[in-house]
Amino acid sequence: MASHLTPAIYSALCDRSTPNGYRLDQAIQTGVDNPGHPFIKTVGMVAGDEESYEVFAELLDPVIKERHNGYDPKTMTHPTDLDSSKLTSGMFDEKYVLSSRVRTGRSIRGLSLPPACTRAERREVEHVVVEALSGLSGDLTGKYFSLTQMTDQEQQQLIDDHFLFDKPVSPLLTCAGMARDWPDARGIWHNNEKTFLIWVNEEDHTRVISMEKGGNMKRVFDRFCRGLKEVERLIQERGWEFMWNERLGYILTCPSNLGTGLRAGVHVKLPLLSKDPRFSKILDNLRLQKRGTGGVDTAAVGGTFDISNLDRLGQSEVQLVQTVVDGVNYLVECEKRLEKGQDIKVPAPIKTFK
Amino acid sequence: MPFGNTHNNFKLNYKVEEEFPDLSKHNNHMAKVLTKELYGKLRDKQTPSGYTLDDVIQTGVDNPGHPFIMTVGCVAGDEESYTVFKDLLDPIISDRHGGYKPDDKHKTDMNFENLKGGDDLDPNYVLSSRVRTGRSIKGFTLPPHNSRGERRLIEKLSVEALTSLDGEFKGKYYPLKSMTDAEQEQLINDHFLFDKPVSPLLTCAGMARDWPDGRGIWHNDDKTFLVWVNEEDHLRVISMQKGGNMREVFRRFCTGLAKIEEIFKKHNHGFMWSEHLGYILTCPSNLGTGLRGGVHVKLPKLSTHPKFDEILNRLRLQKRGTGGVDTASVGGVFDISNADRLGSSEVDQVQMVVDGVKLMVEMEKKLEKGEAIDSMIPAQK
Repeated sequence: MASHLTPAIYSALCDRSTPNGYRLDQAIQTGVDNPGHPFIKTVGMVAGDEESYEVFAELLDPVIKERHNGYDPKTMTHPTDLDSSKLTSGMFDEKYVLSSRVRTGRSIRGLSLPPACTRAERREVEHVVVEALSGLSGDLTGKYFSLTQMTDQEQQQLIDDHFLFDKPVSPLLTCAGMARDWPDARGIWHNNEKTFLIWVNEEDHTRVISMEKGGNMKRVFDRFCRGLKEVERLIQERGWEFMWNERLGYILTCPSNLGTGLRAGVHVKLPLLSKDPRFSKILDNLRLQKRGTGGVDTAAVGGTFDISNLDRLGQSEVQLVQTVVDGVNYLVECEKRLEKGQDIKVPAPIKTFK
Repeated sequence: MPFGNTHNNFKLNYKVEEEFPDLSKHNNHMAKVLTKELYGKLRDKQTPSGYTLDDVIQTGVDNPGHPFIMTVGCVAGDEESYTVFKDLLDPIISDRHGGYKPDDKHKTDMNFENLKGGDDLDPNYVLSSRVRTGRSIKGFTLPPHNSRGERRLIEKLSVEALTSLDGEFKGKYYPLKSMTDAEQEQLINDHFLFDKPVSPLLTCAGMARDWPDGRGIWHNDDKTFLVWVNEEDHLRVISMQKGGNMREVFRRFCTGLAKIEEIFKKHNHGFMWSEHLGYILTCPSNLGTGLRGGVHVKLPKLSTHPKFDEILNRLRLQKRGTGGVDTASVGGVFDISNADRLGSSEVDQVQMVVDGVKLMVEMEKKLEKGEAIDSMIPAQK
């Protein structure tokens, strides 16, 4: 935000407001209050509703372009593809890959986003989503745990399963007003098998997660796509839909999560490769990023890394998960070669939407 | 987070029960007073600057409170909040300020000559003396609501006023955003530097927005008169010194404030004040005088006497640790200050501190000699 907001743009946009009354100062407040870090470039602004992305386009478009590797919302279109049957080689060597996971977010069209939503809107999001989820069946049958009505036992179980989310403490989120009225209308839904999980009204209307131990990314992605399509069908039956458009894909609160909003990743053991000086370059060329196993901003433990896709916008879900599958397979091959004392090669950079 | 008034109009599309906050787990003054009916009555109102009911109560909704400590749970965004949202704020003010009624009048008395004594508190026991208050500049909205433009203008006017002072009040302003490392180190060593608020009571009310823009600290060369600009209130004014001469601290306090007020008035920006509520500040708990006058005093024996708390109660005083609010006392040294803010004057409140501390020091001396203090225990003031 600070890289793109000039006095001229501020002047042009500061009198505008979205139909619901959301204004520029609110959109940028989080970026004003959190100057950032020399090495880590945060986005510095949020959307309060779907229309923010149009009303404040003069500022959001260049921010989006910089964050998403040159994707130009003015001229390009984003491909959506949730046909998981197209995924190939989605089964990893489980001697190296410990777990597989895919997450995204979805917003309910017609209701304001977490920075701006009123209590009534937030409660309506909860109602719409929970009603739809109660219609899931088979391996997706599950239960909703409201944060305001959780029993101590339920809370302990959710903590033990590593499912419970806390009230946001990051000032990036609190300064944007996303923690207002906590824990009103917040909750967690998961299926009985604990492989499909949905957070309600945390940083987005919904965060959808498919996960399991081991290396069967194909099954994780199958369930992800199937679950998402089912939920979409169920809300459409009741006259609702997800926020989506051709320019920006799925609309979420943070501009960094536009497009697919998808992060597909694995926990993988790469003790030798991670010590090789070429590791970062290999990841870069494969369009992957590494995190510690505690998630974003944590350190790796015992040579085990969280490896996931870098990109979100400009490529489809199928393309991005395939990128992770191909990339992780390559990394595991490198690790095996290093174990045998063989040399490895830095792969050529793969093509992005450019 | 202050939202625009257009956003508040949008909320009116929803029914009262759909928007009414869930206060079932809350223990603060706002939660005790706000019913669904009252919410329904006030929710379509706004002050001239666009401050709404949800803005007033957000901090109390986000901070349910503590079983033992009653927080206020609401703030004012401007002077008019206290009239537009009277139906909510008057009962809260009454609860917080000992039954103060909506038609009561507050006494202001900043004439230090009216204080009797106060210059002879025993420095063997009274280690330091201090008086603080807050002031809001008329014509601007308050920290929960003000824009960057307003905050900067408040800073500009404050700096103009303060840097024009001379004599014992000659001093310097240190803006937070352009402080040198050396200046910062010095202010920390002097215990003058204030931090960005971290308490959710304040951050949920929007008071830390745009930090550190427009914020700073001014103090005189002697370091006995200090002003915070744009922290929790427009101005927080502090007079302090080592030893027990509360009279001198209060004289400097009143004189300095009078000089500052003169200068603001010249610019048509006097202090916010009303006959009913006295000096208008952000938090309803600081209405009236907004004054906390106190000492750090050694009372190792008295503080362990079973009647200590009762004595404090009767003297209308409160105790804190020497780190300030919510800290513990160290080595029998306590921070003792007035409990009241609204309904009695500055002179009244400082008098209570002076007389009360004098009495407690005498009690401490008696206890040192192994004598009883029962005959000295005062009647309820």
